[in-house]
Amino acid sequence: MTSIVKPIIPLASLPMNEIGLTIRDYEGAVSTLCAGCGHDSVTAAITHAFWELSTPPHTIAKLSGIGCSSKTPTYFVRGAHGFNSAHGRMATIATGANAANRELTYIGISGDGDSLSIGIGHLAHAIRRNVNMIYVIENNGVYGLTKGQFSASADIGSRLKKGEPNAMAPIDPVLLGLSMGATFLARSFSGDKAQLVPILKAAAAHNGLALIDVISPCVTFNDHEGSTKSYRFMREHEVKEIQTDFIPIRKEIHKSLNENDATEITMHDGSVVRFRSVPSGYDPYDRQKVEEYIRERRSRGEIATGLLYVDESALDVHELNNTPDYALNTVPYQKLCPGSAELAKMMMSFR
Amino acid sequence: MEPTNDRDPNYYHKVVDCQWACPAHTDVPGYIRLIAQGRFDDAYMLNRESNVFPGVLGRTCDRPCEPACRRTRVDGSPVAICRLKRVAADLKGDISDRLPEIPEKKNSKRVACIGAGPSALTVANDLMPLGYEVVMFEQFDKPGGLMRSNIPEFRLPAKVLDEETQVILDMGVDIRYNSPITSLKALLDERFDAIFVGVGAPRAKGLELPGRHDEGETNIHSGIDWLESVAFGHVDTIGERVLIIGVGNTAMDCCRSSRRLGGKAIKVMARRPREYFKASPWELEDAEEEGVEIIVNHAPKRFVVENGKLVGMEFDALEWDEGAVHSTVLDTVIVPCDDVILAIGQENAFPWIERDLGMEFGEWDMPVVDQVTFQSTLPGVFFGGDAAFGPKNIIWAVAHGHQAALSIHAHCSGEPVEVRPALGMEISSTKMGMNEWSYHNDYNPSPRQKMTHIELSKRFESLELEVELGFSAEQAAREVQRCLNCDVQTTFKAPLCIECDACIDICPVQCLTITENGDDAELRERLSAPSVNPKQSLYVSAGLPQTGRVMVKDENVCVHCGLCAERCPTAAWDMEEFELQIPYAADSGILRIPVRRAKTKTEVGS
Repeated sequence: MTSIVKPIIPLASLPMNEIGLTIRDYEGAVSTLCAGCGHDSVTAAITHAFWELSTPPHTIAKLSGIGCSSKTPTYFVRGAHGFNSAHGRMATIATGANAANRELTYIGISGDGDSLSIGIGHLAHAIRRNVNMIYVIENNGVYGLTKGQFSASADIGSRLKKGEPNAMAPIDPVLLGLSMGATFLARSFSGDKAQLVPILKAAAAHNGLALIDVISPCVTFNDHEGSTKSYRFMREHEVKEIQTDFIPIRKEIHKSLNENDATEITMHDGSVVRFRSVPSGYDPYDRQKVEEYIRERRSRGEIATGLLYVDESALDVHELNNTPDYALNTVPYQKLCPGSAELAKMMMSFR
Repeated sequence: MEPTNDRDPNYYHKVVDCQWACPAHTDVPGYIRLIAQGRFDDAYMLNRESNVFPGVLGRTCDRPCEPACRRTRVDGSPVAICRLKRVAADLKGDISDRLPEIPEKKNSKRVACIGAGPSALTVANDLMPLGYEVVMFEQFDKPGGLMRSNIPEFRLPAKVLDEETQVILDMGVDIRYNSPITSLKALLDERFDAIFVGVGAPRAKGLELPGRHDEGETNIHSGIDWLESVAFGHVDTIGERVLIIGVGNTAMDCCRSSRRLGGKAIKVMARRPREYFKASPWELEDAEEEGVEIIVNHAPKRFVVENGKLVGMEFDALEWDEGAVHSTVLDTVIVPCDDVILAIGQENAFPWIERDLGMEFGEWDMPVVDQVTFQSTLPGVFFGGDAAFGPKNIIWAVAHGHQAALSIHAHCSGEPVEVRPALGMEISSTKMGMNEWSYHNDYNPSPRQKMTHIELSKRFESLELEVELGFSAEQAAREVQRCLNCDVQTTFKAPLCIECDACIDICPVQCLTITENGDDAELRERLSAPSVNPKQSLYVSAGLPQTGRVMVKDENVCVHCGLCAERCPTAAWDMEEFELQIPYAADSGILRIPVRRAKTKTEVGS
């Protein structure tokens, strides 16, 4: 599909965001993934989210590892920084980049293979460190790039395209995140941008690692009957009880009467995440209840989606490690690298 | 909304903005593609099918298609449709073997055409292949009507007009020159099976102001009569200082003709501000390029005659309110001049139609003519062109001619004229393989090509020197690629859709939306790209299989690039070439040659 070029057509009716850019300015190259791939919709949702947030493209850093999902940073925000790392190592590069320059908005794109198989250790530690980033797992349950073997997120009983069922238990990234102490956990579906875009915007505002598990059907190897990650299965089994709005900091908030008891979470930049509806007794701050809810839904064969857990009070990677307040590239060189005399002095202090 | 019925020929017809806007519904994208392929004969024939005079119209058409062109919405300038039409006409080869065959054996029906202008010639063109005997009465000694008498040669060379009128006359029309009709009654007595009146709107509107009929009268001319005298060589000079009253296209022809007949200081005097001018913008530009001065906000008051000679004209200098409804007089000025040409419009006149024949006359003493059948209240007498509903332009006359020919054929066959043959359509996939379509779907960002004009220093050497030189091969090649192929339709099959959003994500103009159904106005609020033109339709699919939502496409925004169809994993989207099938009189008698689908010339002939 490399022959396709998406032309820039200067339609006068195309709206602009607050910094004068149209959504076309947040696109990247045209996708070379299979036509109909869920990942392309996630790409489009990311494009929408950053455009709506009016994030200047040069303040965004896109990171990825290896896999179909990890190709996708090429397909959005062509003006952003980017790093395509080794398989499973996206989280480590993100951690290092974060330490060096805390002023960028980091978005890591990974898949179920990259994050739940080869890279699961790095994911776990990035969660522990609460690296300030958006961590998107484009989860399709198969290794698409190697022709559709089961991945670590495949459900028990789910069938391959040729019919074999899966017997091994799946790793659920949201439950993993809950147990690792993650501070922002969401699940969504590539076919539901109305839900995914606000979650991505809230994730951008979150102080810490925002893990979003996006079920993103593999149209070539996992969109058949018997799959539990197909378009049809998701449409039939997705539960959208938890509904949130993202209210950016610049907009005045109008509250209607019946919204008074809605739970609101103020993010660190002043924007607000409002839970429009949650199941009764649900508390997005309560790690244990959230886990119970997810497990209970799962036992019924349903997939709970939405912004499931938020903890905005936790310390992020910078607060935990007492890093400088500014990006290292703005720290004067003399201070950043004080010279061998200072090093010798410091070494002496350890004697 | 109910699912769109895209099997109604008019649904996709409306999407092809240029074709929809054209009175004759010329298949514009179809012929532009043929030009792109270098198939000039095919392009010409496809054009000729609907508009009969591609060479003439490629120079003189009022181009209702161009303001409608989709390309305008993309980069501000329409495709130069009219100029491309001329490219096909200029570069075509011999097309005589592709004209319809005229049966030796006539069908014993005789039709009289009054006038040999565009509408009457179209009637003859449509009826001759059916075996009709057509007798055409023309007041002058040459065919063409207003195309010859009112359009100066520097815009339309006689050679082009002669060729295209002769093609029709050569079908065996019994043309009688120098035969003005002075009595309809006398003609009715000749017992024709049908009579077609295509006499145009031959009378110039007068301007009764003080001094109009004084001694200076010989230097006050009425626009269309003066142009006619110039066209037939009766007038070949004019004074140095000329005033043209009026700013329609006739005024533009008058001022530019004056420039060539000795006029040096030529002023076009307009009552109202420029945005209210009737002349086409390009004609105004061309006139100004030739040094004609256009003066706004001046209302003529009187002709100034001194010593029996016209020396000037007095005007009120006006100031208009917003919307140019009311004016106040600021001053009175006298503009000196040698000649005045009045070009403030023309009107119909039927002194030769006796009022006791049973033909009803209505408002402004115009015969009552049916808008669809073009029949007057006197059965068997039909009207078309400017004679039917007042002055319009050539392309309208051609459209009238086609419809009148259908009516005449029905009338002569004893069928009711009110029953009109239905529009048809043909639609078929253009898919050739992966990322391959039988049309150029890649968007070409070229700007509109500029027409080259003959140098100003040479331009006034003679009246016959054509000003526009036509597109060069390179210009034509660039311009054809600007066409967005609006006739290659994005068609959708709802049962195949898996709602993966691939089409929505790839669309470069965000014209697609999958959403809950609603009524038109409400749906327009929820589209991906803002709806800015409620006149163009929304395509709404049937409910989609997985969620029951609908696929909505804003036909106004789509640029027909085909990326939705390229990215669709289930081929729910396809790019299908749409062809509107317009019924013509000739269809009922002989097999029409399908120009557009013909692969080669030999195949067409066989």
